[in-house]
Amino acid sequence: MKIVVCIKQVPDTKGGVKFNPDGTLDRAAMLAIMNPDDKAGLEAALRLKDQYGAEVTVLTMGLPKATDVLREALAMGADKGILVTDRVLGGADTWATSTTIAGAIRNLEYDLIITGRQAIDGDTAQVGPQIAEHLGIPVISYAQDIKIDGDKVIVQRQYDDRYHVLEAKMPCLITALSELNDPRYMTPGGIFDACKAEITTWGRADLKDVDDSNLGLAGSPTKIAKASDKVRKGAGEKVVPESPEEGVAYIVGKLKEKHVI
Amino acid sequence: MNLEEYKGVYVYAQQVDNEISGIAYELLGKAKELAAPLNTDVTAVLIGSDVKGLADSLAEYGADKVIVVDDPELKDYRTEPYAHALASVINKYKPEIMLVGATAIGRDLGPTVSARVATGLTADCTVLNIGDFPLNPVPGKEDEQKHNQLLMTRPAFGGNTIATIACPDNRPQMATVRPGVMQKIEPIKGAKAVVEEFNPGFTPNNRYVTIKEVVKAVSNTVDIMDAKILVSGGRGVGSPENFKILEDLAQVLGATVSCSRAVVDAGWKPKDLQVGQTGKTVRPNVYFAIGISGAIQHVAGMEESDIIVAINKDEDAPIFDVADYGIVGDLNKIVPALTESLKAELAAK
Repeated sequence: MKIVVCIKQVPDTKGGVKFNPDGTLDRAAMLAIMNPDDKAGLEAALRLKDQYGAEVTVLTMGLPKATDVLREALAMGADKGILVTDRVLGGADTWATSTTIAGAIRNLEYDLIITGRQAIDGDTAQVGPQIAEHLGIPVISYAQDIKIDGDKVIVQRQYDDRYHVLEAKMPCLITALSELNDPRYMTPGGIFDACKAEITTWGRADLKDVDDSNLGLAGSPTKIAKASDKVRKGAGEKVVPESPEEGVAYIVGKLKEKHVI
Repeated sequence: MNLEEYKGVYVYAQQVDNEISGIAYELLGKAKELAAPLNTDVTAVLIGSDVKGLADSLAEYGADKVIVVDDPELKDYRTEPYAHALASVINKYKPEIMLVGATAIGRDLGPTVSARVATGLTADCTVLNIGDFPLNPVPGKEDEQKHNQLLMTRPAFGGNTIATIACPDNRPQMATVRPGVMQKIEPIKGAKAVVEEFNPGFTPNNRYVTIKEVVKAVSNTVDIMDAKILVSGGRGVGSPENFKILEDLAQVLGATVSCSRAVVDAGWKPKDLQVGQTGKTVRPNVYFAIGISGAIQHVAGMEESDIIVAINKDEDAPIFDVADYGIVGDLNKIVPALTESLKAELAAK
């Protein structure tokens, strides 16, 4: 079985977001990590590899420094890493990104493509389903469990108040939730090998069946009209009461003042 | 693509188990506002099996027209037949704007359909309005500024930044919209819409998946998105048993209990009670954040609440940055005492 896992390098928003003095996001001060949902997708692929035997290829689109997440994936147990990078791909929205990644994947053999549900920088959850659409294969989003049965994949697909057990014939694309599993750590031997491993780098010319007009900023149907930092409403009052009773009296007073009670 | 051919504001009227989801009514409310400056009308697209009877309720919430795609293949949601249905409606009727709820269904259907009809899609919008793109004309290129564009505003970076996005050269302009953000209109009893049936034909292919089983979670009686007061607990509550003190408080106030992601991840509470970026967006009159540290992903789902009361023993917890009233202290002592005090207050009335 051949599995392609799409991963993205993102700034870590979890440990608090850093801002420049002018209020813009300080990306340099934030750790660049493998997107958590993607890491869960990779772990799912590695478990399928452990269980059924598979070749796992990780693919990312980004700046050259995104090779860091490819090496991390190799150290966890992936077999091959591919970086898709080219100046003409910059500024891509989800349509142009998914077009690019689909163009890269057309060069590969695959039974299963796994992406994370969404990246923590953009939070769109669009690229996975759009890759499947460009490739003409079924998509199962929001996977919370993945099993293989012959040439079929059986997936628990999460919804708000239920899940569906779905069966699809491979090839198929699955988007993984970070709830899916706890990703394994890199192994020392894996890190050693990953440092030396060769990363394949592809540019525009390597994308298959892709029109220039669908790439990068120019090929993106959505355009940013304005971007700004969110104006938060800011902190209100904070009290450190001497006793629980004092704290309670404070809350009850405020609830009365606001006519809640 | 002749942009002039595309007219009307369309809404995907999500239904589950042949019940219209609240987001459909919210989108209709917003669609009515957007349709006014465009001098156009509002169309709901209703997709399912045996769903025609639901069209009247869509009319009551503001749909001028309802397009019904009704086919046995559409019984439960599956990406492929639903995407085929919605993409076929778009190709035939050519809407100017297509709104979809940013639900677990819409965030699958939206991207698939947008890729199929080759247009842009803006995810998880919280503000939509009609305006110019670029917002200000570029000097010397005033005539290139486009008017009457859908301007779609959304948070990114876990709510730390906001971006306003347009889709000037493709149609329809598509957006998924966060549930709980747009306002429904007061239903107009007895309102009728023009109902049109359309079936593009459904032939199963490799992209049709099989539903082997549908497993429903035990549903809570109250949707946290409809609650006026939420008593929300985080990891600091300590154990599933200890949620009892929150439930007692909720009962006195006629409130509903909700929780943070950590609580769901620990298996203490079901997913449908989760507030936050990967849960639900809520904006009750009062939100009690109890033992919730206030990660930005959580704050993104509750910061629009009218009044936020936070109780946390950690003085530096980020929840205090958004709380109107913050109390630093032990929730195990404060919450039960608060419940008793409120009981006495309310009994005295």
